[in-house]
This record gives sequence, C-alpha cells and structure tokens, in this order.
Amino acid sequence: MMRLRLRRRDLVCRQAVELVTDYLEGALARGDRRRYEAHLAGCPHCTEYLAQMRKTIELTGTLTPGDLTPQMQDEFIAVYRQWRADPQNG
Amino acid sequence: MSQDTDADLLDALRAGDERAFVALVRRHHAAMLRLACSFVPNSAVAEEVVQETWIGVLRGIDAFEGRSSFRTWLFRILVNRARTAGARERRTIAVGDPGAAVAASRFDEDGNWLSPPERWTDDVEDRLEAAKLADFIRTAIDDLPDRQRLVVTLRDIEGLSSDEVRSVLDISEGNQRVLLHRGRSRLRQVIETRFGGPS
Repeated sequence: MMRLRLRRRDLVCRQAVELVTDYLEGALARGDRRRYEAHLAGCPHCTEYLAQMRKTIELTGTLTPGDLTPQMQDEFIAVYRQWRADPQNG
Repeated sequence: MSQDTDADLLDALRAGDERAFVALVRRHHAAMLRLACSFVPNSAVAEEVVQETWIGVLRGIDAFEGRSSFRTWLFRILVNRARTAGARERRTIAVGDPGAAVAASRFDEDGNWLSPPERWTDDVEDRLEAAKLADFIRTAIDDLPDRQRLVVTLRDIEGLSSDEVRSVLDISEGNQRVLLHRGRSRLRQVIETRFGGPS
C-alpha cells in the first residue's frame, strides 16, 4: 500500500482503493476519512469495492479450524504425561 | 469441557488436570499449525514446533499472569519457537515490495475505474456450497505471501485485535496494517476473478 499524500482535495478511484483498510481500521485522519467518504458518495464502483472488501473479511471469518486427529491427540497426551513424570516439573 | 474458557482450563491445568490440557490443545491446534507453517519448510517441522510450544506452555504456566490473553501468549511462544526452527530467516518481518491493491491497468490515466469491480457479493454463497467455498477461500489464503498470510490469518480467521497481532509478530502498527491491506486486497481480487461477472 502506498502511503498516499492526499494533497488534492478530491480522491481518484486508484487512491481510494488503497485507503479501504485504513478506513475499516479507523486509522484514517479525519480529513482523509471525509475525502474518502465524499468520494464514495459519488462513486458506485468504489462503494461496491468497499462492500467487496467487507464481504471478503466476512468470508475469511467463516473459516473454522480443522480438527485434531485421534493419533495427534494421543501424541499430546504422551507429551503431557512425560512432562508430568519429570521430577523437575514437580 | 469444550465450553470452558481458556482461563478455566488453565486453572484446571495448573491443578494437574490432563483433560484440561487436551481441551486446550484441541481448541488451538489448527491455528497453531497454520501459524507454524508460515515459518518452517514443512508440516512435520510445524508439528514439532507446536509440540515444543505446548511444552513451553507447561513450563511457563505458573509465570503466565494473564495480562495478555492466553492465545496471544500461546502464539508468541509459538512464533518464537518457529523462528528458531525456521530454515528460512524470519527474524524480522519486513513489509516488502509495495504492491497496488488493484492492478494499475484497471484505471485510466486519471486514476478512475476503467474496468470497475465486477459484482459477486450478492450471490457468492449461492453459487458454491459452503464447504467448497471455504476450501476456495482457504486455498486463496494459503497462496498469499507468508507475511500477508500470517496477518490475515491472525486478524480475520483467529479474530485477534491489531494490538494482539503486533504483540505476537513483533511488528509495528503500520506494518501490520500494510500487510493486512495487501492480503485482504489480494483475496478480494482472487474472489472477483472466480465469481465476478454474470452468474
């Protein structure tokens, strides 16, 4: 992500797409946020782009971790018992 | 026991309850393995790193004061072990080459969309059954560059806060956000390429 210096009043789309994460993270300075939101108000494509980034985050968030196989679980129980059995770890 | 909080399980583990240990392992194993895989060359080494991490947890459990969440502490131990074990040098997480969120060719010379984003958000879940969609997203995440995958995984799958991610990976807030931005942007592009346009 390029550190964009927003010298001009108006953002162009190519700049706007680089601000999405900072925007969602609440990390934009107030003036930049205002310029970004003003751009969205007039640009359906960048509005769609923001919606797609939100949806991407949502889809990623639905992934669930895989399960532990019984064999691996046994290995961890062995690790634990070995650790407990070591008198150093009383 | 699967309903207990990490803190409950830690208390039980301190009291010598083996089942609490297994419950903690079950809960965090997949995330730890995924994280470890970002640092070491193969899954066998990653599994060793995860085991070593749990031994580190058992050794350090009495010193853990709960100032950070258990998961942040656990991931920090893991990342330290993984960096030690990693064949590839991973002591510093540099941001790397700047990359645009969207290919420059999709904008005109004034920076306006030439090839605007194709719609896919409304029907992506209807077009592929949930398990296949999850596989698709997981593969796309696996294909991210290591540092982007780490940050996206911790933030968007594991649900860590940006502060927690900074603490686990020892990176600055700015770097964390840049990596998150690149990773998410790339995922969006992969999804658009697969699902964009008329269904």
